[in-house]
Amino acid sequence: MSTAPDAHGISSVAELLTIAYRIEADAVERYTMLAEQMQQHNNTELVKVFRDLARAEGIHAEEIRRQAGTIDVVERALQSPWKKGESPEEADLGDAHYLMTPWHALQMALAGEERALDYFQSIVDTASDPKIKEMAEEFVEEEAEHVNLVHRLLRKYPAPPASWSEDSDPPNQA
Amino acid sequence: MSSVDTRLACKPSDYKSDVVPVWCPGCGDYHVLLSFTRAFAALGLPREQIAVISGIGCSSRIPAYTNCYGFHGVHGRSLALGAGLKVTRPDLTVVVASGDGDGYSIGGNHFLHACRRNIDMTYVVMDNRVYGMTKGQPSPTTEPDFDTALTPGGTGLSPFHPLVIALASGANFVARAFSGSPNETADILADAIRHPGFSFVEILSPCVTFRPDEREWKSMVHPAPVAETNDPARAARRLMTDDGFNIGVLYRGERKPYRPPFGHPSIDIAELEKEFEL
Repeated sequence: MSTAPDAHGISSVAELLTIAYRIEADAVERYTMLAEQMQQHNNTELVKVFRDLARAEGIHAEEIRRQAGTIDVVERALQSPWKKGESPEEADLGDAHYLMTPWHALQMALAGEERALDYFQSIVDTASDPKIKEMAEEFVEEEAEHVNLVHRLLRKYPAPPASWSEDSDPPNQA
Repeated sequence: MSSVDTRLACKPSDYKSDVVPVWCPGCGDYHVLLSFTRAFAALGLPREQIAVISGIGCSSRIPAYTNCYGFHGVHGRSLALGAGLKVTRPDLTVVVASGDGDGYSIGGNHFLHACRRNIDMTYVVMDNRVYGMTKGQPSPTTEPDFDTALTPGGTGLSPFHPLVIALASGANFVARAFSGSPNETADILADAIRHPGFSFVEILSPCVTFRPDEREWKSMVHPAPVAETNDPARAARRLMTDDGFNIGVLYRGERKPYRPPFGHPSIDIAELEKEFEL
């Protein structure tokens, strides 16, 4: 059901910067929630991974805020919720599992970065304003770097064995 | 809904408390919490003008996780608490939260009469078709073939159809949402809160621990193929053939909400205490 927001209604560079900021801020919120979930369920390895992901997205958000200069993207983002669909980079909380591994977390992150890449690419493909197109191309390059970064991190964390979700004392006895 | 002063508007995170949820990772209720906070922010509601009332169960923990007035009440009695609050404090925005066990079984009778009374409040049921907190017993909305150690061979019982019941009992707004689409759900919640009278929103919210099959819901839900209606007869026909996964506002009625005839009486506490003197 989750769909990416409409990429074709962007009318100004300020709006694009606001959306880019919002995407990163939403991702920070999700990763923070996932870190809290893992903390509650004593999956300490994942707490660190999700906190690191939240921190990385926070740095991206801050970079966009600086890039926006006098445009107050923080306030604008608060005043302009997504018109339709979900923020492309937000991890799906429904994919979480109490025994998930760093590989799963990075797969979530990879999916988010790829959705963001596709989103900005669709703006590049459809924008008629050259300034919007140029800035969207910058975001495409940025998101492509993030995708590569997650791929590099995944080399450190190979896929877990198929039995990763087996629990000798499961909550579900049914 | 109470009058809104947008100068006091908060951002979504301001409506989230510092209490960390203890729901299972993957639980749909995390998304519902996001939707609550986004809906409140979109409406610009001051936190002190909102009361989130609940009963018992996983979903009923939500008042603790919102930074508004809240009451974690008695099993199945959240609507009674919410109705009492709304008629005495009509200035508040009252949102009642429940689950399919708390709301349709233990609190089933309150559900019928809350719809009938049409008091201006919003009732949100996070439906996962199972009793999660007590480890996986079937609820009123569980499918008849739910075959587990607790229900060998399935229950064999027809599930309760909450939207049909809500409509037939007089609810003034009937909608279904999916937790996995939090922005869309926030829009539906905001719409429900704005609409006068008793608004009922069923949110399909997967229980990934006791109903891991519900992870598939995200590929099963779809927008309602027909536009909303204000005609109860048309809405009834649609709901009777509903597949359980139509998402959107399905009925928007025009009944006048119930308000107590005495308005908002001023009570002298000393006078009230006299009644209880021994």
